[in-house]
Amino acid sequence: MAIETFYEVMRRQGITRRSFLKYCSLTAAALGLGPAYANKIAHAMETKPRIPVIWLHGLECTCCSESFIRSAHPLVKDVVLSMISLDYNDLLMASAGHQAEAILEEVKEKYKGNYILAVEGNPPLNEDGMYCIVGGKPFTHQLEMMAEDAKAIISWGSCAAWGCVQAAKPNPTQAVPVHKFLGSGYDKPIIKVPGCPPIAEVMTAVITYMLTFDRVPELDNQGRPKMFYSQRIHDKCYRRPHFDAGQFVEKFDDEGARKGYCLYKVGCKGPTSYNACSTIRWNEGVSFPIQAGHGCIGCSEDGFWDKDSFYSRDAELNAFGIEANADKIGKTAAGVVGAAIAAHAAASAIKAAAKKGDE
Amino acid sequence: MAVTKTANNFELDNSGRRVVVDPVTRIEGHMRCEVNVDENNVIRNAVSTGTMWRGLEVILKGRDPRDAWAFVERICGVCTGCHALASVCAVEDALGIEIPYNAFLIREMMARTLQIHDHIVHFYHLHALDWVNPINALKADPVATSELQKAVSPRHAKSSPGYFKDIQTRIKKFVESGQLGIFKNGYWDNPAYKLPPEADLMAVTHYLEALDFQKEVVKIHTVFGGRNPHPNYLVGGMPCAINMDDDMSAGAPLNMERLNFVLARIQEAQEFVKNVYLPDVIAIASLYKDWMYGGGIAGQAVMDYGAYPLAPGDKSTDQLPGGAIINGNWNEVHPVDPRDPEQIQEFVAHSWYSYPDETKGLHPWDGITDPNFDLGNAKGTKTHIEAVDENAKYSWIKSPRWRGHAVEVGPLARYILGYVQGVEYMKEQLDSSLARFNQLAGTDITDLKKFLPSTIGRTLARALEAEHCADMMHDDWQRLIKNIKNGDLATANMDKWDPSTWPKEAKGVGLVAAPRGSLGHWIVIKDGKIENYQAVVPTTWNGSPRDPMGNIGAYEASLLNTPMERPDEPVEILRTLHSFDPCLACSTHVMSEDGEDLAKVTVR
Repeated sequence: MAIETFYEVMRRQGITRRSFLKYCSLTAAALGLGPAYANKIAHAMETKPRIPVIWLHGLECTCCSESFIRSAHPLVKDVVLSMISLDYNDLLMASAGHQAEAILEEVKEKYKGNYILAVEGNPPLNEDGMYCIVGGKPFTHQLEMMAEDAKAIISWGSCAAWGCVQAAKPNPTQAVPVHKFLGSGYDKPIIKVPGCPPIAEVMTAVITYMLTFDRVPELDNQGRPKMFYSQRIHDKCYRRPHFDAGQFVEKFDDEGARKGYCLYKVGCKGPTSYNACSTIRWNEGVSFPIQAGHGCIGCSEDGFWDKDSFYSRDAELNAFGIEANADKIGKTAAGVVGAAIAAHAAASAIKAAAKKGDE
Repeated sequence: MAVTKTANNFELDNSGRRVVVDPVTRIEGHMRCEVNVDENNVIRNAVSTGTMWRGLEVILKGRDPRDAWAFVERICGVCTGCHALASVCAVEDALGIEIPYNAFLIREMMARTLQIHDHIVHFYHLHALDWVNPINALKADPVATSELQKAVSPRHAKSSPGYFKDIQTRIKKFVESGQLGIFKNGYWDNPAYKLPPEADLMAVTHYLEALDFQKEVVKIHTVFGGRNPHPNYLVGGMPCAINMDDDMSAGAPLNMERLNFVLARIQEAQEFVKNVYLPDVIAIASLYKDWMYGGGIAGQAVMDYGAYPLAPGDKSTDQLPGGAIINGNWNEVHPVDPRDPEQIQEFVAHSWYSYPDETKGLHPWDGITDPNFDLGNAKGTKTHIEAVDENAKYSWIKSPRWRGHAVEVGPLARYILGYVQGVEYMKEQLDSSLARFNQLAGTDITDLKKFLPSTIGRTLARALEAEHCADMMHDDWQRLIKNIKNGDLATANMDKWDPSTWPKEAKGVGLVAAPRGSLGHWIVIKDGKIENYQAVVPTTWNGSPRDPMGNIGAYEASLLNTPMERPDEPVEILRTLHSFDPCLACSTHVMSEDGEDLAKVTVR
C-alpha cells in the first residue's frame, strides 16, 4: 500500500485545506521563517510519507520522552499519528520482548539510510556495557546496529549529547555520549538537542524542521541547532534590566526575590548557558526557571554537574565543556565573557551599594 | 528444582517452558521478565530483573547537600520532582530546618500534581494497551460509542457520535497507511483482549484526550518550579517568592495571576479525573470482571510511610496514613520507623552487588553497594543472556524488606492502609467504586479483601488516588490563599543556608508518597558535604529479586498462577507488571560505601 502523506492524513481526519495552510503558516512563524515559507512547508507536507523514527533509550531517566509528550505546537498526538512513524520507543510502544526487537531489524533493512535514529540516554562502557541491558544484550549493541543505517541521529537531551548526570564525576559506569561512542569515523549527521530535558517545543520543532525542509538544521560548532542554541539565556532574560541596573537577589525570598531581581548572585548560570528557555520558555510558554525564582542550573551545557554548586556564582569561568574537539576560540570567548560578567556584577553591586548610601 | 515453596508461601515450579520478555516496554527504564508456564500455559514461576544501573549516590558523595535535589531529581523524569522533594526533606531533617507554611503547601501541590499526571499517563499511555485494542476500535459504531460514553460518564462533554467518528476515521487512516508506529507488532488478534469495539474506541479517544490533558496539569509545576519535567526545588523552602500587591508584583514568581492560573489547572484536573479517568477504569475493569489475577503479596503484606499531613510534621494528621500490614492481618497496622536499623533493610543475595555477609540486610544509613555482575549459571554468555539463574544473582535491583518481610508499596498499599485505618474519604471512594463496578459488571462482590488485591484493584487504587490528590490539591490552594491573606508571604527559611551554621555531622531522612509507592532518601552530612546518600524507592520494593530468607517480591508473586492465552505474546505479563507502573531508573541507581572510590570498580 502506498504510504500516506502528512497532508492526506490531515485531510482525512476532517481538516480543511484552509486549516492545513493556516497550520503551515503557524509552523513557519514558530520556526522564525517568513510567510513565503508557508507554501514550502505545505508542499512538503503534501508530498512526503511519514518518516520512520527509531527512538532508543540507554542510561537515562526518560525526562526527554516526558518532555516530548508535553509539546503543544505541534501536539504530540499529531506528531506521532501524522508526521512521523514512531516505530520504536520503549516508553510508548505496544509490543514488548522479541516482537519489539523485531521492529528494529525490519526498519533497519526496509528503510536503510532513510530512518531517523533518536537516542535518549547514553551507553555505559564498563562491565562490557552490561550496566544497561536490552534483550539480554548490552545497549551498545542496539545503538551500534541502528546507527549503522540511520539517515541522521538526534541526540536528545544532555545524556545523549554530553553524558549528563550518570557521567558526572566519577562516572562509575563510564557512560559516554552518543557521538563519542560512535567515534569520529561515523559519517551521518548527529544533531545534539541538549537540556535536562530539552524544551518540548524545541524537540518537536527540530523534527518538524527536518521533515519540512528535508535537511538537518544548521548546527553550531558543538553540533547543536543554531536556531535554538545560539543565544545565552541571559541575552533575552526578562530580568536582564535588573542585572544591568545592579539589582540582585542576595538570598532566596528576600525583597529582591519578591521583586523579580536578577538571580546571578544566587547562582544563576543564565549568562553562560546556551538554550531557548528565556525566549520560548517552558510548557507552552507558561514560565521558565528564572521566572519561577530559581537560577538557571545550566542543564544544557556540557559537564554542568561538575561546575561547582548551583548556588555559586563563580562557576561560569569554566563554563564550557571539556570536549577534546570543542572549538577553542569559542571556549576562550566564553571565558572572557564569563570574566566580564563577573566583573560587571561586582561593579554594579558596588554602584547599587553606593546609590543606597546616597539615599 | 521442580516445586518449591517460598518463605512467604508461594509455590514455584520452574520445570515448564521458559518464556522471556526483554525488554518489558511501556515502563520507565529497562527491565526483563522470565516466567515458566505449565502445560496449560499457566505461570508457575516468575523472575523479574532490573537491567540498568547508573550509580547516582556515589556521584553525590562529597558534593554540597544543597545541590543534591537536582542530582537525584534525575533519578527519574517520569515521577519527576518526587526525588527532589525527598532530598530537600532529608537535608532539612538532618539540619533541623523548618520550612515556611507557604513552602509546605506549594510542595504539597507539586507532589499532588505529579501524582495526578503520573497516574493518568500511566493508565492511558503505559497501561491501557494491555486492555484496549485500537485496531478493534475500527469496528465500533460511533453512535453506540456515544451512548456508551454517556452511560459511563454523563458529565463528560466530548460524547457526540461525530466526535467519535472523527477519531475513528483518523485511526482508520493511520492503520491503513501501513505505518503502525507505536501500535506496530502489538498483540491485536490475541483473545486476551475482551472489550467490545465501542469500549475500545472510547478508550482510544481518551488516550488522545489524556495526551492533550497531561501537558496542562504539569503547568502547575511550571509556575512553582519553572518547568516540567524537572522543576526546581530549594533546601529551606521554595524559590518561588510571593508578591501580591507590592512594586513589581507582575515580574514576581507568584502573584494573583499566577495563583489563578494554578487554580484553573487544579479544576481541570478534578474534572478530568472524575469525568474521564476514574469512570474509564471502572468501566474497563467491569468488562474484565473475570480476570481477577495479579494480587501477589498485596493481600498479605503492604507498607507505606504515610503522607499528606494537614499539620506539617505531624504524622497523626496524615491524610494518607502509613504503617505496615503483614501476614494478611488487616486488623493490625504496625508502625513503621524509617530510622530504626532493624526495620528497613536491603539485601543483595540475588542482586548484582556484594556484601561482606549476604545473609544479612543493611539499613540505608549503613548501606554498601559494591557491584558484582555475576550471572551464576545463567544460560548464554556475559553479553548475551538467554535465561537468568534465579538461584544466583539476577538483577540490578536490591531487595528491601520491612522487618524481613517482602511488602508491596504503592497506591494499592496506601488504599488498603487507608481503608483499614478508617479514612472516611478513601472508604467512601472504595465503597462507591465497588458499587459502580458491581452495577456495570452484574456482580455482587462485597469483600474488598477479595477484590482489591488484584491487577485490577491496583489500577483502580491509582485512579482513586488521583481523584483524592486533585481534591486535596484544591484544599491546599485555598489554605495557601488564606495564609497569604493572613499576611504570611514567606516561602523560604534561609537561616541555615550557610554551611558554617551546620553541625559537624548530621543524619536525615526524607519520605515521600511517590506515585509508585513509598520513597525514602537517607543522607549523612559531614563537614558540610555529603558523606553517604541512599534512596530506597518504590520499584526497589516491588521489583525486588528474592532474598536470602526465601521470600519473593511483589512483581514475581503477582504473576504466579496467571493463565496466558499465548505464551509467546506476553499480554498478561505486561498487564500485571504494568499495574505496578515499573520505574527502573528509580530502582537501580543505588550504590555507595563510605570512602570507596567506585570509579575503580570496573570490569570484572
